[in-house]
Amino acid sequence: MTTIAHSPHARAANSVSRIMATVMLALVPVTLFGFWLNGWPAVYLWTVSLAAALAGEAAALKFQRRAVKPALLDGSGVLTAWLLALSLPPWAPWWIAVVGALFAVVIAKQVFGGLGQNVFNPAMAARVMLLISFPLEMTTWVPPMSQPGLLDSLAVTFGGMQVDAVSSASLLGHVKTEFSRGLGLEQALAGHYAPLDALWGRRSGSLGETSALLILAGGVFLLARRIITWHAPVAMLAGVTLPALLMNLVAPEHYADPVYHLLSGGVMLAAFFIVTDPVTSPNTAAGQLLFGLGCGLLTYVIRTWGAYPEGVAFAVMLMNAATPLIDRYIKPRIYGRTRQGEPLMTRHAKKDAA
Amino acid sequence: MKLFKMRGGVHPEARKADSSERPIRILPLPPLLHVPLQQHIGAPAKPVVRVGEKVLAGQLLGVGQGHVTAPVHAPTSGYVVAIGDHPAPHPSGLSAATVTIAPDGEGRWFEYEVPADPFVLAPDDISARAGAAGIVGLGGAAFPSSVKLDASRQSGVDTLVINGGECEPYLTCDDRIMRERAAGIVTGIRLIQHAVGAGHAIVGIEDNKPEALAAMRAAAVATGVQIRAVPAMYPMGWEKQMIHALLGREVPAEGRSADIGVLVHNVATAWAVQQAICLARPLVSRIVTVSGGAVIAPCNLEVPIGTPVQALFDACGGFRTTPARLVLGGPMMGQQIVRTSVPVVKGTSGVLALTQAEIGRAAPAPCIRCSTCVRACPVGLLPLEIAARVRSDDLAGAVALGLKDCIGCGSCSYVCPSGIPLVHFFNYAKGDLAAQARSKAKQETTRKLAAERSARMERIVREREEAAAARKAAKAAKEAAARAAATTEAAA
Repeated sequence: MTTIAHSPHARAANSVSRIMATVMLALVPVTLFGFWLNGWPAVYLWTVSLAAALAGEAAALKFQRRAVKPALLDGSGVLTAWLLALSLPPWAPWWIAVVGALFAVVIAKQVFGGLGQNVFNPAMAARVMLLISFPLEMTTWVPPMSQPGLLDSLAVTFGGMQVDAVSSASLLGHVKTEFSRGLGLEQALAGHYAPLDALWGRRSGSLGETSALLILAGGVFLLARRIITWHAPVAMLAGVTLPALLMNLVAPEHYADPVYHLLSGGVMLAAFFIVTDPVTSPNTAAGQLLFGLGCGLLTYVIRTWGAYPEGVAFAVMLMNAATPLIDRYIKPRIYGRTRQGEPLMTRHAKKDAA
Repeated sequence: MKLFKMRGGVHPEARKADSSERPIRILPLPPLLHVPLQQHIGAPAKPVVRVGEKVLAGQLLGVGQGHVTAPVHAPTSGYVVAIGDHPAPHPSGLSAATVTIAPDGEGRWFEYEVPADPFVLAPDDISARAGAAGIVGLGGAAFPSSVKLDASRQSGVDTLVINGGECEPYLTCDDRIMRERAAGIVTGIRLIQHAVGAGHAIVGIEDNKPEALAAMRAAAVATGVQIRAVPAMYPMGWEKQMIHALLGREVPAEGRSADIGVLVHNVATAWAVQQAICLARPLVSRIVTVSGGAVIAPCNLEVPIGTPVQALFDACGGFRTTPARLVLGGPMMGQQIVRTSVPVVKGTSGVLALTQAEIGRAAPAPCIRCSTCVRACPVGLLPLEIAARVRSDDLAGAVALGLKDCIGCGSCSYVCPSGIPLVHFFNYAKGDLAAQARSKAKQETTRKLAAERSARMERIVREREEAAAARKAAKAAKEAAARAAATTEAAA
């Protein structure tokens, strides 16, 4: 019995696993940099995150009696865990990575129906859950280049070694604290902020969020490989830049400049690797512009006036929730029809109407 | 000159050089020709020959019935050996009414009257002659040309667009015919222009065919026919895409190109019109590209209609490996066939024998909403959303998203990284819609008949009752009169 195939009888050389692999390739430089900057604990944390995601996804698939192998091989679970690891404090204990990765792939993804069905970006959902549930572990940072040996690193990640002695603050957190003490921006930034360091990444921060330059390089690579389009990233960066510029012009002593906002926290990573997540972002170019802009604006609003020093994950989740709405209202115009869906008028009809 | 920017589209691997560099060869006559009576959109032709009858090349085998139809002619001289069912060139592999001819090898033509100067013929005479010659759109749609010509002349068109896009990968039959028979094509274009009274004629040719462009430009000198290069992109050969690229006009939804004053014909159709009008030769052969990775020597052949596909592959050296899939037409919109005994028909632009490597992976993965299909769709649809509706049997939702505007070009399926057969879903849904419309029409008819019947029955009952009442009244009146008479008598 020959099965009859429908046209087309050709296919572009493209696949889901290839897309995921390309994104992971784009993450390699910034990840290696994070390993170098933060030492072995970062490597352990990253490894634990990936392993937990794979195990959790396999268990969830088995429980649903769905094929395990193809779903694991598509690479989406690994990518989710990878992005989550990059957004964690590099010396966080192992169970933070395990709880986060399991939450991401099981609750945020498989419960919604697996790949392509989730409403929220799994990595961001997990990050928000961790931040709310374990605020201490999620905001304990280390100064750059504090590299303990292999065994000491094991103690950091798996042994619950107290890292208070070496704890440091991320720039955004530091500024927020200083503001709460009534200090001005200039005093808060003094000795803590060097834009050049922020650009190439030698500073305290999440595992993979410190080097704006390497993230940008990964993003440009994805743009060149046509894995992502420019719309959502550019809109997100604009969404952060525009209000920052405006507020900085109005009151420079209290509102930091756009460069500070662009180079701090998770903005760059989110712009190129999170808001470009196809599953949780709109379908159309115009929708993606709106989506990115919303992510940027909300990030700025939460950072500036909210309770948390960083707002990227919250902003992304809020806009994820708005995505079905955006897709409902922003659609391409269909050939031969008006934007409202009515057939275009013919010249005869136009003549008759005139 | 200005070209207009187009939306969507894909750039599949062209694979045209496999067959484009060899001149068109005339395929020798096979032992039997199977000429189906329906090779066009519309009603099938009715056979006018009998088994055993001797026919000449170009002689009528079947006449068109109804309005949208086309006749079929004998591809060569010989004997009618059968009129019956033969496997049709269709994926179902089902049979269709076919006239089978055993060629006598003489190739004698049936003599029709040849006009001295075709350009003095009346416009409606040209379309009548094209219709009588059995010409249908040779780009693949096989819509009867005379119907298009008549409609365009009546509604009035200002521009004739000739489609030399040939955007399907592998196919080079239009490329070769433009290189080798440009003069005849240009004459055909001018005849069509004359038939519909179009002021302008523009030929759009994809820029990946420089030799065809040069040949057509040389042939069109001082004829008023413009030759324009358009970017090579699939589906440039979609007539609305071609119109948009050349003229920047957009055909309204649910409308036809004539609504915006444009008529579109394919280059091979223009050649067929020239043959039919200037030489009085009906459409009995066509150029077919034989290609695909499994074919030893791909090339273009001029093939009598009715030739079994196997003869074409044999003429190209046979198969290099066992083909994974046989396709009629191009790989983007062509149809799979399961046997090589099916005949070449008027709409057969190519026969392909593809290897597994050319077809690509089959097993679909989940949709990741990457919207590559949205960017590829030339119509501006959201293929992923429509497919989701179709999968959950929400046909109304799919229609609301523009299912009926889908042209089935397959660009979305081609680019989908998950390998989801999107266009398959859409065609399935369109089939379901058509079936629903048919059953609705049937129900309407039944309901109407039932209503009429009950009205009729009511009327009969009512008439019967009225008649009975009238009889009763008459009887009562009669009795009353009798009683009155008796009383009067008694009183008297």
